[in-house]
Amino acid sequence: MTTLSVLTLVMVGVLVTMFLALARAALGPTVFDRILAANMFGTKTVLLISVAGFFTGRPEWLDLAIVYALVNFAGTIAVAKYCRFGNLAHDGQRRESR
Amino acid sequence: MTTPEIISAILLCLGTFFCVVGGIGIHRMPDFYTRTHAASITDTLGAGLLLVGLMFLCEDQHWTVPVKLGMVLLFVLLTSPTSGHALVKAAAAEGVRWVTAAAPESSSDAEDAEQEEA
Repeated sequence: MTTLSVLTLVMVGVLVTMFLALARAALGPTVFDRILAANMFGTKTVLLISVAGFFTGRPEWLDLAIVYALVNFAGTIAVAKYCRFGNLAHDGQRRESR
Repeated sequence: MTTPEIISAILLCLGTFFCVVGGIGIHRMPDFYTRTHAASITDTLGAGLLLVGLMFLCEDQHWTVPVKLGMVLLFVLLTSPTSGHALVKAAAAEGVRWVTAAAPESSSDAEDAEQEEA
């Protein structure tokens, strides 16, 4: 059992998890289930890029993983705010105007 | 395999296990709040064990590689609970219902009330 086979196993497991999250995003009864599944899909993408970088012997791909983690966080917060207030420029104070 | 590679293999296998468990959880759990729990497991235990396991493979690499892994881990550990909290708060404000444990309790209460009446 070499390191490469362990990394292959990790990539297969992460891909299975991404598929399950994608199924939840397609099935999800509420919009929050879909956002949660998309957020989890993004985190798994970060892990997959990191492991694939070590698998191919090019750990420089970790830069892409860092950028993806930041974009994923900003995107999740933005979509959650849009779904709650219906407006990305909302200041979050005037709840009764919704 | 050297000792760091063995430690790394154990950590990577554990992390993969938690990732797949969280994936099954997000697919099978009955309502939104329990699914949040399953997704949080993959973001903390799964990502943490995988990234720490990758750190043990950095012996031949430049010193920036484990630092970048630490940055990814820091970002994931900071942002994942934050976005999860914001998401659950938005869902609670929107009125997403719990579906677990409410139905059996109310039905048993109703049965008790009926028995008392009888």
